Parts: sequence; structure tokens; C-alpha cells
Amino acid sequence: MAHGSPDSMRNPLKNVRSLGSAKEGANHFWQQRMTAVANVVLTVFLVGLVVYIAGADHAVAKRTLANPFVSLMLLLLILSGMFHMRLGMQVIIEDYVRAEGPKIALLMLNTFFAIFVGMACVYAVLKLSFGA
Amino acid sequence: MAHSKPAATGASARPLSPHLQIYTPLINMVVSIVHRLTGAALYFGTLLLAWWLIAAATGPAYFEFVNGLFGSWFGRLVLFGYTWALIQHMLGGIRHLIWDTGRGFDLVTVDRLAWGSIIGSVMITCAIWVAALSVRGGF
Repeated sequence: MAHGSPDSMRNPLKNVRSLGSAKEGANHFWQQRMTAVANVVLTVFLVGLVVYIAGADHAVAKRTLANPFVSLMLLLLILSGMFHMRLGMQVIIEDYVRAEGPKIALLMLNTFFAIFVGMACVYAVLKLSFGA
Repeated sequence: MAHSKPAATGASARPLSPHLQIYTPLINMVVSIVHRLTGAALYFGTLLLAWWLIAAATGPAYFEFVNGLFGSWFGRLVLFGYTWALIQHMLGGIRHLIWDTGRGFDLVTVDRLAWGSIIGSVMITCAIWVAALSVRGGF
């Protein structure tokens, strides 16, 4: 239903104040589920990888992590994982933080944190891949 | 609890819905809460993964140092908890994926899925640690 159409039950002032629909529909839900499915596969891989490397010396760890397939799977996990955890923490913040200012600040921090950790991991994986 | 008080201060004086402390804990509710808690724990726990990967990318000395911390009793305790949180969140999430197909909403199945996620996560976590400790001695 278009904003401001005669059939709309919403006061037009709501739309002016940006309190209407975010126009995202079920997008958040869908992205959460899609990354969840990807994470199941990628996490099983990560667990196997860590079980294999845990306790190994640096040479073995480096050689294993620099393997192209391992690097690729790790990059996919980092991408999917960071996306998923950002969506999840967003819901937690929206549930518990009521004041508008702190809520917006935390939502921004959430995105910054996810990207920061993600980039740190990507940087490390690429450095290992291309010869630490 | 909260009966409707005279609405003197607007929103804060509205009657409240009963919240968690009113209900007897049911296993499904516990697993739901645990799902959110483990999710939040995993969120911050990604710092451990980032730290470990950066250590591997930095060099042998720093990698040994971080391995030593991870291998201390406290490090192992944290990593064991992290493993369990990861598996519990994964199994709890698979439960949600099953529900997403419209199946499993009858109470018997709901309880089974909840108990199954807990029993499964404990067993898988132990299996992972037995495997990790027997391959190379773990962290």
C-alpha cells in the first residue's frame, strides 16, 4: 500500500517523521536464515580445521591455513558469520535498548564491530595465503 | 503483578504484561533464552578467532605465545565454553530452520527438539575435545 494513499491507515505525519515501514519486509529474516544455513556448513569445516591444527607448531598451522581451499572456506565463514552476528545483535539491541539515541549509537557500533573483526580476520587469512 | 495505575505519567504508568519471572521455566523457553545468550557470547568470542588468525599471520614466536594462553587451564575453559556455545547455537538454529518449514510445532516435538539440542550439544562438544586432544594434544 503506497504511503499517503487514501486507503492507508497510517497518519501521513508518521511517514514524514520516518516512523513508517522500513521498506525491508522480510529481508532481515531471510538474510538471517540464509547466513544461518551457510554457517552450519562453514562452522563444521572450521571445527574440523581447528581440531586438526590445535597443538601444531607454527609451520604446520601456517601451511594448513595458507592452503587455497582452507583460505577460501575461512573467508566465506568470516563473511557469512559477521553478517549473521550483526543481524542477531541488531535484534538484541532493538529489543532491549529503548532510548532512541543510545539505540542508534549501539546499532552503529554493532556494524563497526562486525566489520572490524571481519576485516581483521580477512587480513590475517590473506596474509597467510599470500605468504605471511 | 502490575495493575493498571492512574495514567499520570503516560507510557510508564501503563499496565505491564507479565514477564519472565511470572512463568515456570519450561525447557523450550530455557533453550530460547540460551540461544540468545550463546549468540551474544559467540559475537564477542569472534575476537578469539581473529586473535588466533592474526597470531598465525604474525609469526612463530607470537603464535606460540597465543597457543600457550589458549592452552592454559583458563584458556581451555573459555575455549570449551566457546565450543559448547557454538554447537548449542548451531543446533538451536537448526531447530528454528525446522520450524521455518512449518513442521515441529506440536508440544511433544517442541520439547524433544529442545532437549535434543542440549544433549546433542554436550555430546558433540565432548567429542570435539576428545578429537582435538588426541590429534595433536590440543591447544
